[in-house]
Amino acid sequence: MLAAALALGSARAQELMPPDVLVKQVTLEVVDLIARDKEIRGGNRAKLIGLINEKVLPHFNFVAMSALAMGQSWNKASPEQKKRVTEEFKTLLVRTYASALASYSDQKFDFRPLRAKPTDTDVVVHVRVLQPGTQPVPIDYSMEKTPSGWKVYDVMVGGVSLVANYRTEFNNLVRESGVDGLIKNLSAKNRALDGAGADRKS
Amino acid sequence: MRWLLCALALASGGCATTNPDPRDPLEGWNRGVYSFNDKVDGWVLRPVATGYTKVLPNEVRDRVRNFFANIADPMIGVNNLLQGKFEDGFFDWVRFGFNSTFGLFGLHDIASDMGYEKHNEDWGQTFGRWGAGTGPYVVLPLLGSSSVRDGIGTGFDFLTDPMAGLRRAEVRWGLWGVRVIQVRSDLLDVSQLLEEAALDKYVFQRDAYFQRRRSLIYDGQPPRERDVDTIPPGESK
Repeated sequence: MLAAALALGSARAQELMPPDVLVKQVTLEVVDLIARDKEIRGGNRAKLIGLINEKVLPHFNFVAMSALAMGQSWNKASPEQKKRVTEEFKTLLVRTYASALASYSDQKFDFRPLRAKPTDTDVVVHVRVLQPGTQPVPIDYSMEKTPSGWKVYDVMVGGVSLVANYRTEFNNLVRESGVDGLIKNLSAKNRALDGAGADRKS
Repeated sequence: MRWLLCALALASGGCATTNPDPRDPLEGWNRGVYSFNDKVDGWVLRPVATGYTKVLPNEVRDRVRNFFANIADPMIGVNNLLQGKFEDGFFDWVRFGFNSTFGLFGLHDIASDMGYEKHNEDWGQTFGRWGAGTGPYVVLPLLGSSSVRDGIGTGFDFLTDPMAGLRRAEVRWGLWGVRVIQVRSDLLDVSQLLEEAALDKYVFQRDAYFQRRRSLIYDGQPPRERDVDTIPPGESK
Protein backbone atom coordinates (compact mmCIF):
# COMPACT_ATOMS: atom_id res chain seq x y z
CA MET A 1 0.00 0.00 0.00
CA LEU A 2 2.75 2.40 1.01
CA ALA A 3 4.92 1.35 -1.91
CA ALA A 4 2.01 1.83 -4.28
CA ALA A 5 1.36 5.33 -2.95
CA LEU A 6 4.99 6.25 -3.36
CA ALA A 7 5.06 4.86 -6.87
CA LEU A 8 2.10 6.99 -7.87
CA GLY A 9 3.81 10.15 -6.75
CA SER A 10 2.81 12.59 -4.05
CA ALA A 11 -0.01 14.29 -5.96
CA ARG A 12 -1.75 11.02 -6.56
CA ALA A 13 -1.15 9.93 -2.98
CA GLN A 14 -2.97 12.99 -1.72
CA GLU A 15 -6.03 12.10 -3.76
CA LEU A 16 -6.15 8.72 -2.11
CA MET A 17 -5.70 10.14 1.35
CA PRO A 18 -8.69 9.57 3.65
CA PRO A 19 -10.46 12.82 4.58
CA ASP A 20 -9.60 12.74 8.30
CA VAL A 21 -5.92 12.13 7.56
CA LEU A 22 -5.98 14.95 5.02
CA VAL A 23 -7.48 17.42 7.52
CA LYS A 24 -4.99 16.46 10.20
CA GLN A 25 -2.00 16.69 7.88
CA VAL A 26 -2.96 20.03 6.34
CA THR A 27 -3.85 21.54 9.74
CA LEU A 28 -0.60 20.52 11.39
CA GLU A 29 1.46 21.53 8.38
CA VAL A 30 -0.09 25.00 8.18
CA VAL A 31 0.18 25.60 11.94
CA ASP A 32 3.79 24.47 11.86
CA LEU A 33 4.65 26.70 8.89
CA ILE A 34 3.12 29.70 10.67
CA ALA A 35 4.95 28.94 13.90
CA ARG A 36 8.26 28.91 12.03
CA ASP A 37 7.60 32.07 9.99
CA LYS A 38 8.60 35.26 11.77
CA GLU A 39 7.01 37.52 9.15
CA ILE A 40 3.60 35.87 9.38
CA ARG A 41 3.68 35.90 13.16
CA GLY A 42 4.66 39.55 12.94
CA GLY A 43 1.43 40.27 11.07
CA ASN A 44 2.34 39.92 7.39
CA ARG A 45 -1.18 39.22 6.14
CA ALA A 46 -0.26 38.96 2.45
CA LYS A 47 2.22 36.20 3.17
CA LEU A 48 -0.30 34.34 5.33
CA ILE A 49 -2.89 34.52 2.54
CA GLY A 50 -0.26 33.22 0.13
CA LEU A 51 0.35 30.27 2.43
CA ILE A 52 -3.39 29.54 2.62
CA ASN A 53 -3.73 29.79 -1.16
CA GLU A 54 -0.97 27.26 -1.60
CA LYS A 55 -1.69 24.78 1.18
CA VAL A 56 -5.39 25.00 2.04
CA LEU A 57 -7.27 26.22 -1.02
CA PRO A 58 -6.71 23.13 -3.17
CA HIS A 59 -8.77 21.14 -0.66
CA PHE A 60 -11.84 23.38 -0.79
CA ASN A 61 -14.69 23.31 -3.30
CA PHE A 62 -15.69 26.97 -3.53
CA VAL A 63 -18.28 26.40 -6.25
CA ALA A 64 -20.17 24.06 -3.93
CA MET A 65 -19.78 26.50 -1.03
CA SER A 66 -21.14 29.38 -3.10
CA ALA A 67 -24.05 27.27 -4.34
CA LEU A 68 -24.93 26.24 -0.78
CA ALA A 69 -24.63 29.79 0.51
CA MET A 70 -26.91 31.11 -2.24
CA GLY A 71 -29.44 28.31 -1.86
CA GLN A 72 -32.35 28.71 -4.26
CA SER A 73 -30.86 31.87 -5.76
CA TRP A 74 -28.02 29.83 -7.26
CA ASN A 75 -30.29 28.53 -10.00
CA LYS A 76 -31.28 32.07 -10.98
CA ALA A 77 -27.67 33.01 -11.70
CA SER A 78 -26.06 32.79 -15.13
CA PRO A 79 -22.81 30.81 -15.52
CA GLU A 80 -20.88 34.10 -15.64
CA GLN A 81 -22.59 35.34 -12.46
CA LYS A 82 -21.88 32.04 -10.72
CA LYS A 83 -18.22 32.44 -11.57
CA ARG A 84 -18.10 35.98 -10.20
CA VAL A 85 -19.92 35.06 -6.97
CA THR A 86 -17.57 32.11 -6.44
CA GLU A 87 -14.51 34.28 -7.02
CA GLU A 88 -15.60 37.03 -4.63
CA PHE A 89 -16.87 34.64 -1.98
CA LYS A 90 -13.58 32.77 -2.12
CA THR A 91 -11.62 35.98 -1.53
CA LEU A 92 -13.82 36.82 1.45
CA LEU A 93 -13.55 33.34 2.99
CA VAL A 94 -9.78 33.15 2.55
CA ARG A 95 -9.39 36.48 4.30
CA THR A 96 -11.66 35.40 7.15
CA TYR A 97 -9.70 32.17 7.42
CA ALA A 98 -6.46 34.14 7.55
CA SER A 99 -7.79 36.22 10.46
CA ALA A 100 -8.86 33.10 12.29
CA LEU A 101 -5.42 31.56 11.81
CA ALA A 102 -3.67 34.77 12.85
CA SER A 103 -5.44 34.61 16.21
CA TYR A 104 -4.31 31.04 16.79
CA SER A 105 -2.02 30.82 19.80
CA ASP A 106 -0.71 27.35 20.56
CA GLN A 107 -4.04 25.73 21.40
CA LYS A 108 -4.03 21.95 21.17
CA PHE A 109 -5.98 20.05 18.52
CA ASP A 110 -7.95 16.91 19.11
CA PHE A 111 -8.47 15.09 15.81
CA ARG A 112 -11.46 12.81 16.22
CA PRO A 113 -11.54 9.41 14.52
CA LEU A 114 -13.71 9.37 11.40
CA ARG A 115 -17.05 7.64 11.82
CA ALA A 116 -17.85 6.63 8.25
CA LYS A 117 -18.04 3.62 6.01
CA PRO A 118 -15.25 3.15 3.42
CA THR A 119 -17.89 3.51 0.70
CA ASP A 120 -19.15 6.90 1.95
CA THR A 121 -18.59 9.84 -0.39
CA ASP A 122 -19.90 12.57 1.94
CA VAL A 123 -18.47 12.73 5.46
CA VAL A 124 -17.93 15.10 8.37
CA VAL A 125 -14.44 15.30 9.87
CA HIS A 126 -14.46 16.43 13.51
CA VAL A 127 -11.62 18.41 15.02
CA ARG A 128 -11.68 20.12 18.41
CA VAL A 129 -9.59 23.00 19.66
CA LEU A 130 -8.76 22.57 23.34
CA GLN A 131 -8.23 25.39 25.79
CA PRO A 132 -8.27 25.13 29.59
CA GLY A 133 -11.16 26.87 31.33
CA THR A 134 -13.44 26.72 28.29
CA GLN A 135 -15.42 24.06 26.54
CA PRO A 136 -13.48 22.63 23.56
CA VAL A 137 -14.42 24.40 20.32
CA PRO A 138 -15.54 21.92 17.67
CA ILE A 139 -14.55 22.52 14.05
CA ASP A 140 -16.40 20.21 11.68
CA TYR A 141 -15.43 19.91 8.04
CA SER A 142 -18.11 18.66 5.65
CA MET A 143 -16.26 16.90 2.85
CA GLU A 144 -17.18 15.29 -0.42
CA LYS A 145 -15.22 12.76 -2.46
CA THR A 146 -14.37 14.03 -5.94
CA PRO A 147 -12.14 12.64 -8.69
CA SER A 148 -9.37 15.00 -7.53
CA GLY A 149 -9.54 14.01 -3.86
CA TRP A 150 -11.69 14.92 -0.86
CA LYS A 151 -12.92 18.52 -0.88
CA VAL A 152 -14.34 20.64 1.93
CA TYR A 153 -17.70 22.24 1.10
CA ASP A 154 -18.65 23.58 4.54
CA VAL A 155 -16.95 24.39 7.83
CA MET A 156 -18.85 24.46 11.11
CA VAL A 157 -17.23 26.32 14.00
CA GLY A 158 -18.86 25.83 17.38
CA GLY A 159 -21.97 24.51 15.64
CA VAL A 160 -22.25 27.47 13.27
CA SER A 161 -22.18 26.49 9.61
CA LEU A 162 -20.33 29.05 7.56
CA VAL A 163 -22.26 28.56 4.33
CA ALA A 164 -25.63 28.40 6.10
CA ASN A 165 -24.78 31.60 7.92
CA TYR A 166 -24.32 33.48 4.67
CA ARG A 167 -27.60 32.20 3.21
CA THR A 168 -29.91 34.86 4.70
CA GLU A 169 -27.55 37.68 3.75
CA PHE A 170 -27.10 36.39 0.21
CA ASN A 171 -30.81 35.83 -0.33
CA ASN A 172 -31.67 39.27 1.10
CA LEU A 173 -29.28 40.90 -1.37
CA VAL A 174 -30.52 38.86 -4.31
CA ARG A 175 -34.12 39.75 -3.44
CA GLU A 176 -33.24 43.44 -3.14
CA SER A 177 -31.04 43.89 -6.19
CA GLY A 178 -30.56 40.61 -8.01
CA VAL A 179 -27.49 38.42 -8.31
CA ASP A 180 -25.54 41.39 -9.65
CA GLY A 181 -26.37 43.25 -6.45
CA LEU A 182 -24.88 40.39 -4.46
CA ILE A 183 -21.72 40.41 -6.59
CA LYS A 184 -21.43 44.17 -6.20
CA ASN A 185 -21.80 43.90 -2.43
CA LEU A 186 -19.26 41.11 -2.10
CA SER A 187 -16.64 42.88 -4.19
CA ALA A 188 -17.24 46.17 -2.32
CA LYS A 189 -16.70 44.29 0.95
CA ASN A 190 -13.48 42.76 -0.37
CA ARG A 191 -12.19 46.09 -1.62
CA ALA A 192 -13.01 47.79 1.69
CA LEU A 193 -11.01 45.12 3.50
CA ASP A 194 -8.14 45.59 1.05
CA GLY A 195 -8.20 49.28 1.86
CA ALA A 196 -8.19 48.61 5.59
CA GLY A 197 -4.90 46.84 4.92
CA ALA A 198 -2.63 45.73 7.68
CA ASP A 199 -3.78 48.02 10.48
CA ARG A 200 -5.80 45.43 12.23
CA LYS A 201 -7.95 46.84 14.95
CA SER A 202 -9.34 44.57 17.60
CA MET B 1 -27.38 53.29 7.35
CA ARG B 2 -30.79 51.70 7.14
CA TRP B 3 -30.76 50.60 10.75
CA LEU B 4 -29.81 54.03 11.87
CA LEU B 5 -32.96 55.24 10.20
CA CYS B 6 -34.80 52.37 11.79
CA ALA B 7 -33.53 53.43 15.18
CA LEU B 8 -34.83 56.93 14.52
CA ALA B 9 -38.10 55.53 13.30
CA LEU B 10 -38.56 53.60 16.53
CA ALA B 11 -40.26 56.51 18.19
CA SER B 12 -42.88 56.54 15.45
CA GLY B 13 -43.76 52.90 15.93
CA GLY B 14 -41.00 50.70 14.59
CA CYS B 15 -39.58 50.16 11.19
CA ALA B 16 -40.66 48.00 8.28
CA THR B 17 -37.66 46.07 7.09
CA THR B 18 -37.39 45.09 3.47
CA ASN B 19 -36.59 41.45 4.15
CA PRO B 20 -38.59 40.35 7.17
CA ASP B 21 -37.35 37.19 8.87
CA PRO B 22 -40.06 35.11 10.58
CA ARG B 23 -37.75 34.54 13.55
CA ASP B 24 -37.20 38.26 13.99
CA PRO B 25 -40.49 40.17 14.02
CA LEU B 26 -38.92 42.88 16.21
CA GLU B 27 -36.11 43.57 13.74
CA GLY B 28 -36.61 47.34 13.71
CA TRP B 29 -36.38 47.57 17.49
CA ASN B 30 -33.56 45.01 17.65
CA ARG B 31 -31.44 46.88 15.14
CA GLY B 32 -31.80 50.00 17.24
CA VAL B 33 -30.60 48.21 20.37
CA TYR B 34 -27.87 46.51 18.33
CA SER B 35 -26.41 49.77 17.12
CA PHE B 36 -26.62 51.17 20.67
CA ASN B 37 -24.74 48.12 22.01
CA ASP B 38 -22.21 48.43 19.22
CA LYS B 39 -21.48 52.02 20.21
CA VAL B 40 -21.14 51.23 23.91
CA ASP B 41 -18.85 48.36 22.97
CA GLY B 42 -16.71 50.50 20.70
CA TRP B 43 -16.43 53.32 23.21
CA VAL B 44 -16.06 51.44 26.49
CA LEU B 45 -15.98 47.67 26.53
CA ARG B 46 -13.66 46.91 23.61
CA PRO B 47 -11.00 49.47 24.58
CA VAL B 48 -11.03 48.25 28.19
CA ALA B 49 -10.86 44.60 27.10
CA THR B 50 -8.05 45.40 24.66
CA GLY B 51 -6.13 47.17 27.42
CA TYR B 52 -6.74 44.19 29.71
CA THR B 53 -5.12 41.80 27.20
CA LYS B 54 -2.22 44.20 26.62
CA VAL B 55 -1.46 44.85 30.29
CA LEU B 56 -1.91 41.38 31.74
CA PRO B 57 0.18 38.43 30.55
CA ASN B 58 -1.54 35.36 29.15
CA GLU B 59 -0.73 33.42 32.29
CA VAL B 60 -2.69 35.81 34.52
CA ARG B 61 -5.65 35.97 32.16
CA ASP B 62 -5.80 32.17 32.15
CA ARG B 63 -6.04 32.21 35.95
CA VAL B 64 -8.88 34.76 35.85
CA ARG B 65 -10.76 32.80 33.18
CA ASN B 66 -10.33 29.58 35.16
CA PHE B 67 -11.53 31.17 38.38
CA PHE B 68 -14.82 32.34 36.90
CA ALA B 69 -15.21 29.11 34.92
CA ASN B 70 -14.82 27.14 38.14
CA ILE B 71 -17.42 28.95 40.20
CA ALA B 72 -19.86 28.48 37.31
CA ASP B 73 -19.42 24.70 37.21
CA PRO B 74 -21.85 23.78 40.04
CA MET B 75 -24.77 25.52 38.26
CA ILE B 76 -23.71 23.97 34.96
CA GLY B 77 -23.97 20.66 36.81
CA VAL B 78 -27.44 21.51 38.11
CA ASN B 79 -28.56 22.38 34.58
CA ASN B 80 -27.16 19.09 33.29
CA LEU B 81 -29.08 17.22 36.00
CA LEU B 82 -32.26 19.11 35.10
CA GLN B 83 -31.73 18.04 31.51
CA GLY B 84 -31.43 14.41 32.57
CA LYS B 85 -27.70 14.22 31.83
CA PHE B 86 -26.76 12.78 35.22
CA GLU B 87 -23.27 11.67 34.32
CA ASP B 88 -22.33 15.07 32.85
CA GLY B 89 -23.84 16.82 35.86
CA PHE B 90 -21.97 14.58 38.28
CA PHE B 91 -18.66 15.28 36.58
CA ASP B 92 -19.30 19.04 36.63
CA TRP B 93 -19.31 18.71 40.42
CA VAL B 94 -16.23 16.50 40.32
CA ARG B 95 -14.55 19.24 38.29
CA PHE B 96 -15.57 21.83 40.85
CA GLY B 97 -14.23 19.64 43.66
CA PHE B 98 -10.85 19.02 42.08
CA ASN B 99 -10.33 22.52 40.76
CA SER B 100 -11.39 24.25 43.98
CA THR B 101 -8.92 22.23 46.05
CA PHE B 102 -5.98 20.89 44.07
CA GLY B 103 -6.50 23.61 41.47
CA LEU B 104 -6.08 26.32 44.13
CA PHE B 105 -9.54 27.91 44.33
CA GLY B 106 -10.14 27.21 40.66
CA LEU B 107 -7.17 29.17 39.39
CA HIS B 108 -5.95 26.04 37.61
CA ASP B 109 -8.22 23.86 35.49
CA ILE B 110 -6.55 20.60 36.45
CA ALA B 111 -9.80 18.69 35.88
CA SER B 112 -9.56 19.32 32.13
CA ASP B 113 -6.01 17.97 32.16
CA MET B 114 -7.35 14.88 33.92
CA GLY B 115 -9.87 14.39 31.13
CA TYR B 116 -12.99 15.83 32.80
CA GLU B 117 -14.09 18.26 30.11
CA LYS B 118 -15.84 21.51 30.79
CA HIS B 119 -19.44 21.71 29.64
CA ASN B 120 -21.48 24.63 28.37
CA GLU B 121 -24.95 24.76 29.94
CA ASP B 122 -27.34 27.46 31.07
CA TRP B 123 -31.04 27.85 31.88
CA GLY B 124 -31.94 28.78 28.31
CA GLN B 125 -30.50 25.47 27.12
CA THR B 126 -32.38 23.61 29.86
CA PHE B 127 -35.67 25.19 28.76
CA GLY B 128 -34.77 24.24 25.17
CA ARG B 129 -34.13 20.65 26.22
CA TRP B 130 -37.51 20.61 27.92
CA GLY B 131 -39.03 21.47 24.56
CA ALA B 132 -39.40 25.26 24.71
CA GLY B 133 -38.96 26.96 21.33
CA THR B 134 -36.72 29.99 21.06
CA GLY B 135 -39.50 32.50 20.47
CA PRO B 136 -38.62 35.70 18.59
CA TYR B 137 -35.06 36.98 18.42
CA VAL B 138 -34.32 39.72 20.94
CA VAL B 139 -31.27 41.95 21.20
CA LEU B 140 -30.95 42.83 24.88
CA PRO B 141 -29.43 46.17 25.90
CA LEU B 142 -25.75 45.61 26.79
CA LEU B 143 -26.15 41.81 26.81
CA GLY B 144 -26.66 41.41 23.06
CA SER B 145 -28.12 38.51 21.07
CA SER B 146 -30.85 36.56 22.78
CA SER B 147 -34.33 35.21 22.28
CA VAL B 148 -37.44 35.29 24.43
CA ARG B 149 -36.59 31.85 25.82
CA ASP B 150 -32.89 32.56 26.32
CA GLY B 151 -33.61 36.00 27.74
CA ILE B 152 -35.75 34.40 30.47
CA GLY B 153 -32.93 31.85 30.86
CA THR B 154 -30.43 34.66 31.34
CA GLY B 155 -32.64 36.05 34.12
CA PHE B 156 -32.48 32.67 35.88
CA ASP B 157 -28.72 32.56 35.26
CA PHE B 158 -28.36 35.85 37.13
CA LEU B 159 -30.56 34.71 40.02
CA THR B 160 -28.56 31.49 40.41
CA ASP B 161 -25.17 33.10 39.87
CA PRO B 162 -22.94 32.28 42.85
CA MET B 163 -21.75 35.88 42.95
CA ALA B 164 -25.32 37.13 43.36
CA GLY B 165 -25.19 35.74 46.90
CA LEU B 166 -22.27 37.95 47.94
CA ARG B 167 -23.52 40.32 50.56
CA ARG B 168 -21.04 43.13 49.99
CA ALA B 169 -22.18 45.01 46.92
CA GLU B 170 -18.76 46.40 46.01
CA VAL B 171 -17.25 42.90 45.96
CA ARG B 172 -20.15 41.56 43.93
CA TRP B 173 -20.03 44.32 41.32
CA GLY B 174 -16.25 44.25 41.23
CA LEU B 175 -16.22 40.55 40.41
CA TRP B 176 -18.98 40.96 37.86
CA GLY B 177 -17.02 43.76 36.23
CA VAL B 178 -13.84 41.71 35.98
CA ARG B 179 -15.80 38.81 34.53
CA VAL B 180 -17.39 41.00 31.87
CA ILE B 181 -13.97 42.33 30.85
CA GLN B 182 -12.50 38.83 30.82
CA VAL B 183 -15.33 37.45 28.68
CA ARG B 184 -15.13 40.38 26.27
CA SER B 185 -11.35 40.03 25.97
CA ASP B 186 -11.80 36.40 24.93
CA LEU B 187 -14.17 37.58 22.20
CA LEU B 188 -11.87 40.21 20.68
CA ASP B 189 -10.76 37.90 17.89
CA VAL B 190 -14.29 36.70 17.24
CA SER B 191 -15.69 40.21 16.98
CA GLN B 192 -12.88 41.14 14.62
CA LEU B 193 -13.79 38.10 12.48
CA LEU B 194 -17.42 39.21 12.46
CA GLU B 195 -16.40 42.65 11.19
CA GLU B 196 -14.45 41.07 8.36
CA ALA B 197 -16.73 38.21 7.40
CA ALA B 198 -20.19 39.75 7.50
CA LEU B 199 -21.88 41.78 4.79
CA ASP B 200 -24.56 42.81 7.27
CA LYS B 201 -23.24 42.31 10.80
CA TYR B 202 -26.70 42.29 12.35
CA VAL B 203 -28.01 39.50 10.12
CA PHE B 204 -24.78 37.51 10.35
CA GLN B 205 -24.74 37.63 14.13
CA ARG B 206 -28.42 36.80 14.42
CA ASP B 207 -28.13 33.73 12.22
CA ALA B 208 -24.98 32.60 14.00
CA TYR B 209 -26.79 33.00 17.33
CA PHE B 210 -29.64 30.70 16.32
CA GLN B 211 -27.24 28.13 14.89
CA ARG B 212 -25.00 28.25 17.95
CA ARG B 213 -27.81 27.93 20.48
CA ARG B 214 -29.35 25.04 18.60
CA SER B 215 -26.00 23.28 18.53
CA LEU B 216 -25.50 23.85 22.26
CA ILE B 217 -28.93 22.49 23.17
CA TYR B 218 -28.10 19.28 21.33
CA ASP B 219 -24.56 19.31 22.81
CA GLY B 220 -22.93 19.72 19.44
CA GLN B 221 -24.94 17.03 17.69
CA PRO B 222 -28.10 18.61 16.35
CA PRO B 223 -30.24 16.59 13.95
CA ARG B 224 -30.18 17.63 10.32
CA GLU B 225 -32.11 20.83 9.72
CA ARG B 226 -35.01 19.24 7.84
CA ASP B 227 -35.60 16.75 10.65
CA VAL B 228 -35.87 19.42 13.29
CA ASP B 229 -39.67 19.41 13.37
CA THR B 230 -39.95 15.67 13.73
CA ILE B 231 -37.32 14.99 16.39
CA PRO B 232 -37.89 16.60 19.78
CA PRO B 233 -34.77 17.62 21.70
CA GLY B 234 -33.35 14.90 23.89
CA GLU B 235 -34.34 12.05 21.60
CA SER B 236 -31.61 12.68 19.08
CA LYS B 237 -28.99 10.51 20.75
